[in-house]
Amino acid sequence: MTDFMTDQALPKVTDLPSTIAALKERFPDAVRDDTRPGYEGVIVEAAKLPEFARVIRGEYGFNYLSSLTAVDYLGHGDHLEVVYHAFRVPSGGKPLVFKAQTDRQNPVIPSLVSIYPGADFQEREAYDLYGIHFAGHPNLKRILLWEGFEGHPMRKDYQEAYYEQETKPFDSRWPSGHVFRAEEYNPFGHNVRYPAGFTLDNYKPISEAEFQHGMSLGVDIMGDPAFRTDRLLVNLGPHHPSTHGVFRMMVALNGETVESLEPVMGYLHRNHEKIGERNTWYGNMPYTDRLDYICSMANNLAYAITVEQMMRGQVSVPYRAEVIRVLMAELTRIVNHLWSIGFLLNDLGAFFTPALYAIQTREYILDFFEATAGSRMMCNYMRIGGVFKDLPARIRSEAALVNDRVRDMDTMKYLEQLINDRLPRSIDELDELLSESEIIKSRCIGVGLLPAEMAIAYSASGPLLRASGVPYDIRRANPYSIYPELEFDVCTRPNGDIYDRYCLRLDEMRQSVRILKQILPRLKETAGQPIFGGKSSYSIKVPAGEAYGFAENPKGELGFYCVSMGGGNPWRYHVRAPSFINLTPLGEMCKGQKVADVVAILGSIDIVLGETDR
Amino acid sequence: MNNSGIDLRQLQHPDIPVPEEMQSNVAVTSLSSLYNWARSRSIWPMLFGLACCAIEMIATAASRFDLARFGMEVMRASPRQADLMIVSGTVTKKMVVPIVRLYNQMPEPKYVLAMGACASGGGPFKEGYNVVSGIDKYIPVDVYVPGCPPTPQALLYGLIALQKKIEKQSLGVSASVPWYGGGPSEEIPVPILGPDIIDPRHAEVLRKEAQRNRVTPTVAQSLAERTLSQGA
Repeated sequence: MTDFMTDQALPKVTDLPSTIAALKERFPDAVRDDTRPGYEGVIVEAAKLPEFARVIRGEYGFNYLSSLTAVDYLGHGDHLEVVYHAFRVPSGGKPLVFKAQTDRQNPVIPSLVSIYPGADFQEREAYDLYGIHFAGHPNLKRILLWEGFEGHPMRKDYQEAYYEQETKPFDSRWPSGHVFRAEEYNPFGHNVRYPAGFTLDNYKPISEAEFQHGMSLGVDIMGDPAFRTDRLLVNLGPHHPSTHGVFRMMVALNGETVESLEPVMGYLHRNHEKIGERNTWYGNMPYTDRLDYICSMANNLAYAITVEQMMRGQVSVPYRAEVIRVLMAELTRIVNHLWSIGFLLNDLGAFFTPALYAIQTREYILDFFEATAGSRMMCNYMRIGGVFKDLPARIRSEAALVNDRVRDMDTMKYLEQLINDRLPRSIDELDELLSESEIIKSRCIGVGLLPAEMAIAYSASGPLLRASGVPYDIRRANPYSIYPELEFDVCTRPNGDIYDRYCLRLDEMRQSVRILKQILPRLKETAGQPIFGGKSSYSIKVPAGEAYGFAENPKGELGFYCVSMGGGNPWRYHVRAPSFINLTPLGEMCKGQKVADVVAILGSIDIVLGETDR
Repeated sequence: MNNSGIDLRQLQHPDIPVPEEMQSNVAVTSLSSLYNWARSRSIWPMLFGLACCAIEMIATAASRFDLARFGMEVMRASPRQADLMIVSGTVTKKMVVPIVRLYNQMPEPKYVLAMGACASGGGPFKEGYNVVSGIDKYIPVDVYVPGCPPTPQALLYGLIALQKKIEKQSLGVSASVPWYGGGPSEEIPVPILGPDIIDPRHAEVLRKEAQRNRVTPTVAQSLAERTLSQGA
């Protein structure tokens, strides 16, 4: 029985200010308020951090470490800071923000993995990108980049090969500047930088074997002496037909049974955060589309509410914009769950037939997105203070044409047909075709178990958490937009296996349709009202401070932790990606399962690599 | 005999006359055209997705856009069975190693389609420290499809462009198609993950740079150097 599985004591104090006051009393020397303007929470002495974490988790009920990230304050105190956001699950409420600071030369922070196992990958990420050594971490090595990479790229003094200037817009890209190809200015013609004096002559790259050191995957002979078997190391990915992108798993097998599993990622690490810190605040919006590229609208929403939070009342979002935002977010949830169910079945061996049903319905929604935002997938539709433009009067749908439906029709009529007829029918159809299937039941029930305590400890979120019986939905626990006035249920399923995750996604789609049915009359009532509350401008300045904005995305809690120094660009732009953190318990979930189930378990977590690796 | 609904006039060599009344039954053509006609209509892509563009690639293969109309629905998960690699998404330095290895494993003749801005030239992520600014830095590309991501229609257009390219290729002795006329093509050396990604073909440049004993300059530093030397 590990530490996190013990029963939670009832929290002593419930509201946040008195919790902080009590904690300061408890740790008089080690805990102090963060008094920088625009900042919240407390700063904890690094040495006292594990004790502090144990107290807030055990005695104050902050059992869910949602986000952990680092910030480099070069030139603003010259220290590295690790920022933690802890929540109470399932009761909800505002997060307890605590921070630990360390110097840039020799950064050491105690690891919290033994208290919050969900910190595992996030600490490795901070180590990889910032070089912070987390003392006591069981497996501290690079996670997004490869072993042997030179430098820690998220540090402010790290300059990549194509570095031009600290912040955008770059001079070269203004009309008066000259346009050039970065390739021409690098001696190699590629996007590379090597250390001084580096040649290939005596260079030996760090081998895969060394890289696997510490994975506890070594080959040895084991088991019953009468029937001795080798432990077999199988590499799944990064090129693998399981259609979940460039994700790699190292699996140690005893026969067909998984002994241990180690996810290897970073094959789609495209420097979202580094680029985000150079971008303007507006300029990040299209990049958020490419995080979870199936749910671009929902990503837009999470980023918009984060920056709106940072603007501290300077922008207000008009009611109609909120209605449209919820419309888009819920349609996105349906798109995502349809896709996820379709491809879960792919992983179970029903090659593409159920996926084709799902994709067909998805096309109806994409046609609406295309008519509204101008793009099928990368919508870039929401703005800080509203949305980009109002719904079009008419929509021309080619997906509808294929099925002999009206080709060019009134948008509201199209939405009504979609929400009242087409979507519920498709969901029922999937349900009828799949839910009672003997094969699906025998492959999914009882496989990939994730008990509730473990789901919370590993910071799992979204359908993964709720299918383990934890009724935690940010739309209810920390409401945003107009969700408080909408009627819907937070779905849960009790067992936490693949089948429950599948059923939960069906339930959630039905709830989304229920929300959408309430959105339709609101859309009609608000027709013609403004959709943008801010002032039109090419760029905005955001007041100095920090904010953690988060939303219930189809895959889980998508959070943005942003720090502003008062300029037109974020100082820190961190994405708390649900796909990334939901993978933390994958190894535990797969232990003892058959190798054929690994891909199905991965499919039931529902990851997207754009968000996992960022 | 023409009983399959194929218009033989498409195959007919323009310089060789065939009487009008026989044109629907007889076509005189070169072996190259006949062979290319067949293989351009049975291109098997590799089941291989990298990023966002892969989702549009799947949508293209699905019922609404239906890649099967072009004989390309057979997506093979093994590179040994594939004719076409659709590089669908951002190529990172970590991923380019397996991509080059997969490319080397594909049988000749093989084709590469760079789908989207990232695969063509780095796209919105070009400046990133872990991003390869275009897959053509490592492997030869036949067709580039712009877009972020390209719509299924754009991908189909790119694939039709590839078909046209294949139809124009010659299988003759002096031809440029590897394997058929030109002999097997060289294997691409697999990049190495060092302090940064290393293209073994750059060994010479690396040695020359090592003598200067400096960290490879950034674009900003090179720009400043050039401005200085021009000023002097």
